[in-house]
Amino acid sequence: MPSLGADMDEGTLVSWLVAVGDRVTRGDIVAVVQTEKSDIEVEVFETGQVAELLVEPGTTVEVGTPLARIDSGSTATTSRGPEPTPGSQSEARPVPRPVPAASPARRHAGRVLSPLVRRDARRLGIDLGRVRPAPDGTIHRDDIAAAVPAARPTRRRVSPYARRLAMEGSIDVSTLSGTGPSGAVVARDVPGAAPAAAKRTVDPMRTAIARTMERSNREIPHYYLSHTVDMAATVEALAAHNDGRSPRDRVLLAALELRAVALAARKVDEMNGSWVDGTFVPGDGVHVATIVALRGGGLLAPVIRDADRLDADETMRSLGDVVERARRGALRSSELSGATITVTNLGEDGVEAIFGVIHPPQVAIVGFGGLVERPVVAQGRIVAHPTLTVTLAADHRATDGRIGGRFLARVAALLRSPERLL
Amino acid sequence: MTNDEARQLLGEVLGRIAPGTDLDEIDPAELLSDELDLDSMDLLSMLELLHERTGLELPETDAPKLRTLDDAVEYLVLRSG
Repeated sequence: MPSLGADMDEGTLVSWLVAVGDRVTRGDIVAVVQTEKSDIEVEVFETGQVAELLVEPGTTVEVGTPLARIDSGSTATTSRGPEPTPGSQSEARPVPRPVPAASPARRHAGRVLSPLVRRDARRLGIDLGRVRPAPDGTIHRDDIAAAVPAARPTRRRVSPYARRLAMEGSIDVSTLSGTGPSGAVVARDVPGAAPAAAKRTVDPMRTAIARTMERSNREIPHYYLSHTVDMAATVEALAAHNDGRSPRDRVLLAALELRAVALAARKVDEMNGSWVDGTFVPGDGVHVATIVALRGGGLLAPVIRDADRLDADETMRSLGDVVERARRGALRSSELSGATITVTNLGEDGVEAIFGVIHPPQVAIVGFGGLVERPVVAQGRIVAHPTLTVTLAADHRATDGRIGGRFLARVAALLRSPERLL
Repeated sequence: MTNDEARQLLGEVLGRIAPGTDLDEIDPAELLSDELDLDSMDLLSMLELLHERTGLELPETDAPKLRTLDDAVEYLVLRSG
């Protein structure tokens, strides 16, 4: 059971996406795990053949408990998932999927398997040995699709909220029929799930957030800085950038804010990393967590890795992607760990400035309020311009205010310079 | 596109963004963002889905004309001819 954040103690295995005998490659998604916060797709960190599944779906186990045994060829190793090592998460990065080695050919002697077929089979958890090939020994994608019902049901789409309601009511979600998108089981499908039930229940996500925030305020001596930025040039440049683009290709201000933080964190790298055992550990790249508020309450902080290397359009695509998947409960394990700095934005709720609480073991969180028209002095005249207040909450154990000020000034300068962001 | 068709389209699109959405339960004169707890990313997704389904261009400058259910229905009926 991998640790998917500093605040995670245990997780529940929802389903296996592989079966014994399947060949897996480092980075493949092999299981779905439900944490206190959300459903997460778990990636494997070994390459080899699944020798044994050690945990049954529906079982809750502690972080570090072996989930499966993977035979990597010479020696059998037990996959515990990555050890929680804040600040040095390079090993948690999914790697490009190499073409599986010769072993599938050995396992399925005499059969012709295209990489697509192997991928489909792996994704659907089909044991290729049980698929009936065409007379010439070939297995086609259609054969894989046909083998699905016989082999195992595909993963049920269940919203995290519905799953929680079902769990609280001791209802087996597999017995429910879904009325949500693509037949997903949503809250209204769970019998007796009166929205905002009057009974007091413990909300696991609330508990997880509470624990993290308690730890942060107990351990981290925060200091706070704020800067108000004239955004006239950037707002205008962004409108020009989006003009004539289809909605899919438009960039939101939130993406430029995230990019400004990533670029500043690369430059002032004392803000980018973790505080571990009394010392600052610099990040192995600029990996920016972004706070996503979930419908119905709660937060997730998916990570955009190497955010400083993405241009504005790429940043927007990454942001849109993780926000959408966070809300759908489809984030991957590697996307919830390894952040080196966090961005939070409450501007759309009419907030002018937000002073964040640092997510341990990180050392900084940058907060953005909304655009507010304020009088500013431009070329000696007082004019009304859209302005933005950006704040920094930083760990005083790791840095002093002067470094924080330098970092925040850099963020502000970038926000004023659309040509460096777009 | 008729009023009913526009409303049905919006129901489908908003249901994909905020699962469980029931248009009968929201105040059509209030901001969709408030009624359905949508943020700017959701509103952009709404434009994207409406663009995909109708082929309408939906420039960013028109976004303010789609802020309430009533406004959005009126806009779609008008623009789709």
